[in-house]
Amino acid sequence: MFNPEMETIAPDKLREIQNARLLATVERMWNNVPYYRQRMQEAGISPADIHSVEDLPKLPFITKKDFREQYPYGMLGVPRDQIVRIHASSGTTGKPTVAAYTRADIEAWAECGARCLGCGGGNASDVFQVSYGYGLFTGGLGMHYAGEKLGAAVIPTSAGNTEKQLMLMQDLGVTLLCCTPSYALQIAEVAQRLGIDLHALPLKAGFFGAEPWTDAMRRHIEQAFPLKALDIYGMTELSGPGVAHECLEQNGLHVWEDYFYPEIIDPDTGEPLPDGQQGELVVTCLAKEGMPLIRYRTRDITRILPGRDCPCGRTHRRIARLRGRTDDMLIIRGVNVFPSQIEDVLIRIDGVLPNYLITVDRQGNLDTMEIKVEVTEQSFTDHIKGLEALRDDIAAKLKSVITVGARIVLVEPNSLARGLGKAKRVVDLRKL
Amino acid sequence: MKITQVSIFLENRSGRIADVLAVLAGANINIRALSLADTQDFGILRLMVDRPDDALAALKAARYTAIPTAVLAVEVPDAPGGLHSILSALSSHNLNVEYMYAFVGRKTEKALVVFRFDDPIVDDAIKALLAAGISILGPDAVKDI
Repeated sequence: MFNPEMETIAPDKLREIQNARLLATVERMWNNVPYYRQRMQEAGISPADIHSVEDLPKLPFITKKDFREQYPYGMLGVPRDQIVRIHASSGTTGKPTVAAYTRADIEAWAECGARCLGCGGGNASDVFQVSYGYGLFTGGLGMHYAGEKLGAAVIPTSAGNTEKQLMLMQDLGVTLLCCTPSYALQIAEVAQRLGIDLHALPLKAGFFGAEPWTDAMRRHIEQAFPLKALDIYGMTELSGPGVAHECLEQNGLHVWEDYFYPEIIDPDTGEPLPDGQQGELVVTCLAKEGMPLIRYRTRDITRILPGRDCPCGRTHRRIARLRGRTDDMLIIRGVNVFPSQIEDVLIRIDGVLPNYLITVDRQGNLDTMEIKVEVTEQSFTDHIKGLEALRDDIAAKLKSVITVGARIVLVEPNSLARGLGKAKRVVDLRKL
Repeated sequence: MKITQVSIFLENRSGRIADVLAVLAGANINIRALSLADTQDFGILRLMVDRPDDALAALKAARYTAIPTAVLAVEVPDAPGGLHSILSALSSHNLNVEYMYAFVGRKTEKALVVFRFDDPIVDDAIKALLAAGISILGPDAVKDI
């Protein structure tokens, strides 16, 4: 553990810290963020109404829309001269989402990241390869500072130039790796092509995130690399990677509750749900200065695992692995479909690479879904009927899980684009 | 008796065969015979080449899904009923042909037919053809056709 005192803190002590930090955050927003003060006034409350995290449901939500409307500086909690760093997430529509950090924010972010690395057994003796992209994206620099905070030897390879990544991984004796799970699989593919035995490397843990991934994909990565593949959670609005992380139990992600207070709500009504129930994750940042955030609607669907009794000893509550974002969810002929469900089916079928592209279109009034999947040597038998059987098998297994039919198109290996960062899995051509 | 055919998975879109042929030309591979099976979305290109191992290595390096397949190449008398006599020898033993394609060699007066059988029965097919007095080409013979 990186910070055993805080990671195993008694729940009542943790609650004291949360309450004190929440009050300071509400005060800061009331005083420094005019738009949120107005929202509180519209809700008929003032900082005097907030005494503890129990009072959170009284406070208004903040959404992605607020970030857009307050772009770029409307959400600053401090004068701009106290900001030392600005990141931005790739806005798929219009302006990016901007995150601004004070020096203390950068420090707190590194602390949380270092705890994440500790979850994978990381310590100062490790060699840590950061294959997330460096730049506006929070992944690269966020994990870089986390690694330095831990005291590990950080190699800032960023994403891309996979052959060189592999050379450094071998030559420098990398023990910890972080990147998107899809890029991890690409590294494995290139290693196989080059005849590099990844299992001869001293790797011990991988920190994978920035896109939803399944347990089946985890097994795939763990077969390809001699490491424990762990799930890291975060988002630009909250600071970046390192909000929550899986420990070696691989059973839920510990939310660093002294910095981030999690709630689960019904996404339709906004009502809070008890621990154990699935809904939308809402996070309050308890210590952020640059861009304080109260009740941010992440659009991520998960549940809080009841209890604080993880065998690892950490007392911070866990969220379940994410099944996908409400944004990622496709509605096909009225049925909710998450790309992660499709991935889960594909990865269990021998001879199919876990690389796929979903194309949704509308013909007349009917939604159509086409899924391109890559064929490998394993599944190729020189028979048309063998390939047709593979295609029909995939179609049948998918239909049994997602209930809507999809047209399966077998494509050549490596014909689908490999992402360096977040993999693009869905193309929606419907003009809705 | 068995010879190596190269089978390649291809998407059914324009330019894919040309791309494969470019890879083989670059590796100085000579194609002796070719057959294409296709569906709406994908196809299988099957090739007889002078150096199958080198062809497979070149295709894999270019990231194609390519595998070696064992087939039989049979000389067919270039006369009416020539192919029929061969198929009769097979069907009388109830041996199912998976697929076949024919081509004409440069150095022989005879036509050549490539047969693909499912693995368990290919040895029975060899026996049946030899028993019927039909000659099966070896790997070296294919190089020269």
